[in-house]
Amino acid sequence: MTLYRKVAAILWKDLLSEFRTKEMIFSMLVFSLMVTVIFNFSFPPGSEFIDDALPGILWMTFVFASLLGMNRTFVYEVDKGCLQGLMLAPMSRSAIYISKLLVNFVFIMLVELTMLPFFSIFFHLDLLGIIWPLLLVVACSTLGFAIIGTLFAAITVNTRTREVMLPILHFPVAIPIIIGAVQATAALLQGQGWDAVWGWLRMIIAFDIIFLVVSLLTFEYIIEE
Amino acid sequence: MQLQSRFERPVRAVGYLLLAAMVVNLYLIFFFAPEERSMGQIQKIFYFHVPCAWVSFLAFFVVFVYSIAYLWKKERRYDLIAHSAGEIGVVFATLVLITGPIWARPVWNTWWEWSPRLTLFLVLWFIFVAYLMLRGFVEDKEKAARFSAVFGIVGFLDVPIVYLSIRLWRDIHPSPVVREGGLAPDMWVAFGFSLFTFTLLFIYLLYLRVQLQKSEVALSDLKRQLVY
Repeated sequence: MTLYRKVAAILWKDLLSEFRTKEMIFSMLVFSLMVTVIFNFSFPPGSEFIDDALPGILWMTFVFASLLGMNRTFVYEVDKGCLQGLMLAPMSRSAIYISKLLVNFVFIMLVELTMLPFFSIFFHLDLLGIIWPLLLVVACSTLGFAIIGTLFAAITVNTRTREVMLPILHFPVAIPIIIGAVQATAALLQGQGWDAVWGWLRMIIAFDIIFLVVSLLTFEYIIEE
Repeated sequence: MQLQSRFERPVRAVGYLLLAAMVVNLYLIFFFAPEERSMGQIQKIFYFHVPCAWVSFLAFFVVFVYSIAYLWKKERRYDLIAHSAGEIGVVFATLVLITGPIWARPVWNTWWEWSPRLTLFLVLWFIFVAYLMLRGFVEDKEKAARFSAVFGIVGFLDVPIVYLSIRLWRDIHPSPVVREGGLAPDMWVAFGFSLFTFTLLFIYLLYLRVQLQKSEVALSDLKRQLVY
């Protein structure tokens, strides 16, 4: 089997088991909605300030929701002993990493795509005009979150305090992505030109490439037994 | 026991050398180096603050190098060095974050400013505190070593990207930039010597900490032998 087929097999397995239960997607969605509503209460009604804070609210919601999802990446595999099975299968560790990365990416993107219309409604935003560049920013940033999130999830699943440990590892490392995503979104919402957006997007893509390579190189050391 | 005493004498000699260097360093800083014209005495903290920052960068670099070495060769020794350097790095980074605001309060008239360097240091501190926490939360020693090696590598490589992103971010929201003027020649002498002293202190602490870790490992191995 080619690498592509192996990755597709694991990806399909994970998507299938998720769509049978829909546990993760729904918890992430409901969580995101609640965070959005709660952020709304942190500003006085009708405040002008909220416009400046919007990109931050949007991304904080996405970051929290994605951590919630990524926490589960390896929980089933480890608790039910499936990881041993995966490791015995004739394929490289990179295939496991890439498929888990794609699973996380797909789930987070699904949640984000569902959330964007709600943001548009709650905060009176016209997102349709900027939808393509916005989706590009969202996709690149989400990929960055998922790249380090998947790597760290493989680590934290072995720690005593799984759910707490992932954000502690993830947040400081993800700071460039958070800054980049918030600023690029702000530039888009304020109607700044493509140059302003590209300045940030460039950095996010560089982050993605660097840490994808580092993750592929180091992942095998995490799950070896 | 034999092994311990063989190392003891040179280590003690380095310790005395360090003590002497520190006394000289204090003399150079407080009596030799001239007082800065506009900042006054508070500027003396510079001779402690910057070497601390240098030592913590050095320590995190040691973490990075020995993390790679550990993943490559799987030798316990490399992991102990990386761990010890991580601990020392966090201590010195904490000192940087404490001495910085003490200086900034009278000079910038604020305890904290979100300038690129300050923000970078805070993030760096978070990354390596997480690095130490990770070690504490993994039961299996061998696993803890592998995991923290991976995190140490990722964390260190993240530093330049964090710096780049923060600088871009501050460029968009400019804030008053405080530039340090040139140093007087006598200040350079004190500063250079202080850097030397702190680097020596780092090497000395690192050595002691690694020896202590080795003793801990030997002790736990002995305990296990006695139990089974």
